[in-house]
Amino acid sequence: MRTGSSFLTRTELVYFAILAAVIFVVFPASMDIFRLNLFGKYLTYAFVAVGLVLCWGYGGILSLGQGVFFGLGGYCMAMFLKLEASTPEATAIQSTPGIPDFMDWNQLTALPTWWEPFHSFPFTLIAVIAVPVFFAFVIGLAMFKRRVGGVYFAIITQAIAAILTILIIGQQGYTGGVNGITDLRTLLGWDIRTDSAKYILYFVNGGLLMLCLLAAQFVRRSKLGRILVAMRDQEDRVRFSGYDVANFKIFVFCLGAAMAAVGGAMFTLQVGFMSPSFVGIVPSIEMVIFCAVGGRLSILGAVYGTLLVNWAKTTFSEMFPELWLFAMGALFIGVVLAFPNGLAGLYNSYVAPYVKRLISARGAGRRMAPAE
Amino acid sequence: MFDGYTLSELGSILAMQGFAGLILFSVFVLMALGLAIIFGQMGVINMAHGEFMILGAYVTYLCSHIFQNYLPGLFSIYFFVAMALAFCASGALGMLCEWALIRHLYKRPLDTLLATWGLSLILQQAYRTIFGAREVGVSLPDWMMGSVPLTDLIEIPINGLFVMALTLIITAAVGAMMYRSGWGKQVRAVMQNRVMAGAVGINTERTDRLTFGIGCGVAGIAGAAFTMIGSTGPTAGQLYIVDTFLVVVFGGAASLLGTIASAFSISQAQSAMEFFLSGSMAKVLTLLTVVGILMLRPQGLFTLKVRK
Repeated sequence: MRTGSSFLTRTELVYFAILAAVIFVVFPASMDIFRLNLFGKYLTYAFVAVGLVLCWGYGGILSLGQGVFFGLGGYCMAMFLKLEASTPEATAIQSTPGIPDFMDWNQLTALPTWWEPFHSFPFTLIAVIAVPVFFAFVIGLAMFKRRVGGVYFAIITQAIAAILTILIIGQQGYTGGVNGITDLRTLLGWDIRTDSAKYILYFVNGGLLMLCLLAAQFVRRSKLGRILVAMRDQEDRVRFSGYDVANFKIFVFCLGAAMAAVGGAMFTLQVGFMSPSFVGIVPSIEMVIFCAVGGRLSILGAVYGTLLVNWAKTTFSEMFPELWLFAMGALFIGVVLAFPNGLAGLYNSYVAPYVKRLISARGAGRRMAPAE
Repeated sequence: MFDGYTLSELGSILAMQGFAGLILFSVFVLMALGLAIIFGQMGVINMAHGEFMILGAYVTYLCSHIFQNYLPGLFSIYFFVAMALAFCASGALGMLCEWALIRHLYKRPLDTLLATWGLSLILQQAYRTIFGAREVGVSLPDWMMGSVPLTDLIEIPINGLFVMALTLIITAAVGAMMYRSGWGKQVRAVMQNRVMAGAVGINTERTDRLTFGIGCGVAGIAGAAFTMIGSTGPTAGQLYIVDTFLVVVFGGAASLLGTIASAFSISQAQSAMEFFLSGSMAKVLTLLTVVGILMLRPQGLFTLKVRK
């Protein structure tokens, strides 16, 4: 493995360019707006998967609560959009005009104080990132400083995902309950439900994803990335070398949370609603499997893995709804038992050698993802 | 909120609430016992534990149908047969899974989590295909229906009492197996030092398989008991898995006593708070407290001192 002197090797640059071409040229050219919007939705999950590659693949921290951060980011954005959609004129038929419809249905007569700041767009943009990161920071601080890791961390993050779901569903009047926050219309007066808006949002989403990938690549190639790998493999030795292991873990966990939050906000914008079914345990574990299928050590693999699993999910559950859960279960077991490095691992061991032979020997740099 | 209640009424409400807490406690203990063996002793994260439990519940459901239709004379005792069958069915499936899946993953605990989650998805869909998506209930024999009036205001349902008695017996049996039998000694030896246990002649692979099987079998019995107080659906297992893991982790993973103590405190806290708050808030507060305590004391309530 070359040291972190160069940010992208030539081969990696090619891989990044291929992914960018797929997202920005192939998909928009080959799909109608409905399918494209669907793939845009899948790509929002890819944000979470890329964050998980950093946390889990590199840092060895398996979080089963990434749905929490995805959901918090999405809810922050949804609250802003909902307030914009609930003008006194638009909600004149309610007994209290000017508050979101689900609050009116639950006999609330005034907007709760903590909803007030979400009238402001700049505040919302900050909150989309800041709220989930703050959550992640508190969780990380409490857990990693006490050297809780591995299995226990997974179980506790899972419990947190369960708690947040119960809370959101239970507090209907403040959160929209099990239906979530629905019927979102405009962003700063711009209708997000039109086809042209969907195109624009798709490209914004793709651009943000590329930014996240570059950030992840930067972390991978930096000294931080190597400390993460060292921590994953021999935590005590890193600690004895004088590094504060907990701080690195907290940082990478927060970074993963921030990426998930951006994904959540883009999800709300593209799909037009946010509900607790994207927060709980089941979606959180599914997000882990996206990452595992792509290859837990490959940030680009995570994107392909997400696309593949979601595409398969949609196709399968349209054609054979019965079989989908069997296939998904088999996927979990198969990925863990047979292909622990996922698609990227398969690519590296079977496809990459041919590709290398095809291209001249000069272009063959290091592989897409280092094997373990 | 206490207006309009007399003192004796308040007392009986508290007693009833406490009793509801005890039933919850029994269910928690039954579920957590199997997991305490599998997760606490073996260190395997079995996310499919709830599905093994539901298998026991479905076996009981089948038994109740068969006895009702073909052996109506013996219907009053069908539950004991069902329990034994539930233990065997879940245990056998558990041993099969251990052989096919878990034994390859002992060194990768986080991967077991994903693999058993996949297993749980497959089992859920299998239940849905075989038994249908709707929840099913069993018919109880006459002697389990009704309730015992303790005072004018306090009534105790008999099925609740039965579940509690069952919990006591099974807990005692598991405790005896773990701490008094040769098998228990082998299990604990393998878990504390696998290499050394192998060196002194314990067949570690067989012990692993048997331990996993018995853990799953206990889950099956829990499922059978569960049918006494609630109905069973394909996804019912998933609802309880987080609570169960929290009970085991909160109690201190390797301690049976800790598991019981934590099941007691969590269930009592939850049912006591349900009286003052809505059900979901009671649950949120209980779980938050548990998570909070675990952050301060990650090793749980009771810990076994082992040199690593």
